[in-house]
Parts: sequence; C-alpha cells; structure tokens
Amino acid sequence: MSKIVEGLYYAESHEYVKVEGEYGYVGITDYAQHELGNVVYVDMPDVDDEVEAGADFGAVESVKAASDLISPVSGTVVEVNDALNDQPELINADPYANWVIKVQLSDASEVQNLMSAEAYKAFLGE
Amino acid sequence: MENKRTCLYDKHVALGALISPFGGFDMPIQYSNIVEEHNAVRKACGIFDVSHMGEVLVTGPESEKFVNYIFTNDITDAPNGKIYYGMMLHPTGGVVDDLLVYKMADKRYFLVINAGNIDKDVAWIMEHAQNFDVTVEHQSDKYGEVAVQGPKTEAIIEKVLGIPCADMTFYTCKELEYNGETIIISRTGYTGEDGFELYGSHAFTNEVWDKLLASGEVLPCGLGCRDTLRFEVGLPLYGDELTDEITPLEAGLGIFVKLEKENFIGKEAIAKQKADGLKRKIVGIELKDKAIPRHGYDVEVEGKVIGQVTTGYNSISTGKSVCMALIDADYSKLGTEVEVRIRKRVFPGVVTKKRFYDKNYKK
Repeated sequence: MSKIVEGLYYAESHEYVKVEGEYGYVGITDYAQHELGNVVYVDMPDVDDEVEAGADFGAVESVKAASDLISPVSGTVVEVNDALNDQPELINADPYANWVIKVQLSDASEVQNLMSAEAYKAFLGE
Repeated sequence: MENKRTCLYDKHVALGALISPFGGFDMPIQYSNIVEEHNAVRKACGIFDVSHMGEVLVTGPESEKFVNYIFTNDITDAPNGKIYYGMMLHPTGGVVDDLLVYKMADKRYFLVINAGNIDKDVAWIMEHAQNFDVTVEHQSDKYGEVAVQGPKTEAIIEKVLGIPCADMTFYTCKELEYNGETIIISRTGYTGEDGFELYGSHAFTNEVWDKLLASGEVLPCGLGCRDTLRFEVGLPLYGDELTDEITPLEAGLGIFVKLEKENFIGKEAIAKQKADGLKRKIVGIELKDKAIPRHGYDVEVEGKVIGQVTTGYNSISTGKSVCMALIDADYSKLGTEVEVRIRKRVFPGVVTKKRFYDKNYKK
C-alpha cells in the first residue's frame, strides 16, 4: 500500500507537486519509488532551466532502469535538491520529504489538470 | 505468444517476486532488493532459478567430431566430467549462441544454451547434425536448473542437500543418484563467484529450492542481480555483448575460439578477421559522474559517434558508473578519453578493462 499525502497534486506518470505560494516542489510518489527499487542516480536540471508541464526534465535511475521525470507543472527551476547527488537513496526513504526540483510556477491553474490525493489513490487502484 | 514458465514459477509468485519477461519466459527479476541479492552472492550464498536455460544432449559415434564442428572451443579427447565454454558461430563469424558443453561420458555431450535462443539453436544443431552419425535430443522441458552461487555455497550444498561437492574443481561436472533419479551437478556459474549448478527433474528442482531456502542460509536471487553480477566481472550476455553480428574476437573472447582445430563453422571468417585486424571491439568504460550508461546509448569522441554501450550499471560492488561498449577499435586503447551520451548530455569517461570486479573462483 503506497503512501499518499493529502494536499499534493499527482500526475498519472507518478510525480507529485506540492504548491506553496508561487512555488511548486516536484518529486516522485511513494508508488513510483517502490516500483523503481533502489534509486542510484537522479538526473536533475540546472537552476534557471525552464520546465514545461508534460515534458521530461530529468530522470530517476534505479539499478535496472532509467525512468524519465515528467514535470506536472510549467515554470522556472529555482532550486534543485542537491542532497540527492550524494544520497539518491533518500528518494526511497521518503519521496515526499525529498523533492527533486523547486519550480516558480508560470501558471498556477495547471494543477487543476492533476489528480487530488483521493483521485490518485483511486488511480492506483490499491 | 504467451511466455513460458519454469517449474518454480508458483514459488516466485508466492515469494512476491517482481516478474518480467526474459528469453521467452516469465522470470523473477528480484524478490525484495536487488542490492541485497547481489551482495548475498558476493559475500554468502544466493540461489537462482535458471530453469529457462536450454539443454541438448548429443550422443553417438561421431558426437565428438560433430560438437567440435559446431563449437569454437576444442573438446578433442576431453576427460569425462570436463566442461567447456565457447560459441556456435555463423559462417560469417557472428555468434549463433554462447554455450557450455559438458563432457558427460564417452560419446555423450550435454549442451547448455541460452533461453532466448533455444528454438534457433536446436534448429541449427539439428540441421548440421544431418551429416554426422549422431543423435540429438532436445531436453529443455525435462530439466529444471538452479544456480547456487557465492563463497559459502560448497559448505551449504554438502550440509543441506547432502551432495558431496568439495572435491569438484572449477568447470567440472558429475552425475549422481538423488532420490532415485540421475541429476547433474557442475561447479559453474555466471556471477564471478564460486558456486554450483544443479540439473534434474522438476520435482528435484523444487526440492532443492525448498530445502536451500528452508535452511535460512540461502537468499533467493532474481535475474536482475544475475545481470549485475556477471556484468561486473566482464562476462558477456548474449543479446548485449554477443549477437548474430558480433564476433567472439570483437567481444574479446578469442581464447575460446581454437583456430588450430581442424574445422568448425565460422573458422575461416574468424581467421580472416584475426589476420585483417579488428575494426571494432568491446571495451570497458568508466564514467567520472554517477550517471548510468545503458544498453544502446552512444559513445562519442569530439561529437562523433564511435560505438554503443552494450551493458552498463552503477556497479553495486564498486559504486562506479561503468559499462561495456562496442566501439571503433581506433579508440579502444586503455586510458582513451571518450564520452557517453545519456539523454540530453554527454558524460566524460575513460576506456578501461572490461572487468570491473575480480572473479573469486575456486580453481
């Protein structure tokens, strides 16, 4: 049973965004980290890179596979989670505390295209 | 077409394994954690269901001559119980499959082939057998197979299964009676560690699996870590480092091709390639970054593509991002600086040996 946090917005590709004011923290869900297994590398964009809703902005790599990171929102990367460079396994430990990028949102209404915690739970069908 | 299942399939499901297709079979990729499974084999003992592997028995008056004709290694006057690694080649020198040949007894050879090549191999063997006085029996459905691997394996097999194996040397096999059937045990594996492989009926395979797991000393290991283990010690996987288009010389496996042998399929092509020199070659590459080079990614030098990655991982045993890659031989010298394109960026690396971790065989 995957952990799902109330108040976040979820994409079908298993990323979440946690909105705080004009910023969004983007990471992968507990379901996604579990499916991937041991995360050994996170390929992150640079600060000031533009991300676009529905487009890939990096990848999370487990031992066996690389999985693209798809941004659930559009905007500008204002911070990347540097801790993941040395400790990618933090994503396995707690994917919601260990977001990947912080984005200055260019269109806050985009989150309306994403799923609520309840809808994501139904989507997973667990 | 529906995938096949091994005789242990229900046990994998009951253990909660992640199941994925491999070589035409639904196989367990990992049970709980690929890193723990990998480390169990390096440090203690792990068991793999490798019942997907194919088995072919060749017997008859001309069996030695026939096997020597389709196989690159030289089995002439082989002692009983000796095992040889080598390839079956196309006349072009490309590889039909890599395989083990077990000399079971006089005029009786047991061939172990890759799951994904069973149909192709059996057809190939049957076709060429027509010109020899031999009998070829395809026995893949008869045998289950487990690989028990890791430094503690010998003691565990003797204690838990009661099968004496301490006196066996590397790459040898023997047949013995176990619960009224003849089984085969060999000191072989595909992990770079000491270990054994056991072939027998489906009932025997299930019994061995159950007993070893019940001992609490053996961890079930999936094909995921079988690949990371073999990769680290530079062993090739058919489909990655060996294909119908890649020759054993290009893969760095020339020592298993005995050109001094009288005749075998592919000999002329390999002799010519050796005389002409290699145009491409499989090398090791170590990246400076932790990004992971994976199968099919381009290897570049100054923006020019010089080859592709065949297998790559963040090595579990060493923590380094490394790969094997088939590249232009001009760049294959150790220490050559190359780049691997991973998604949108290129990452710098250096050509190394393709053995990233030392084997720990018992000779």
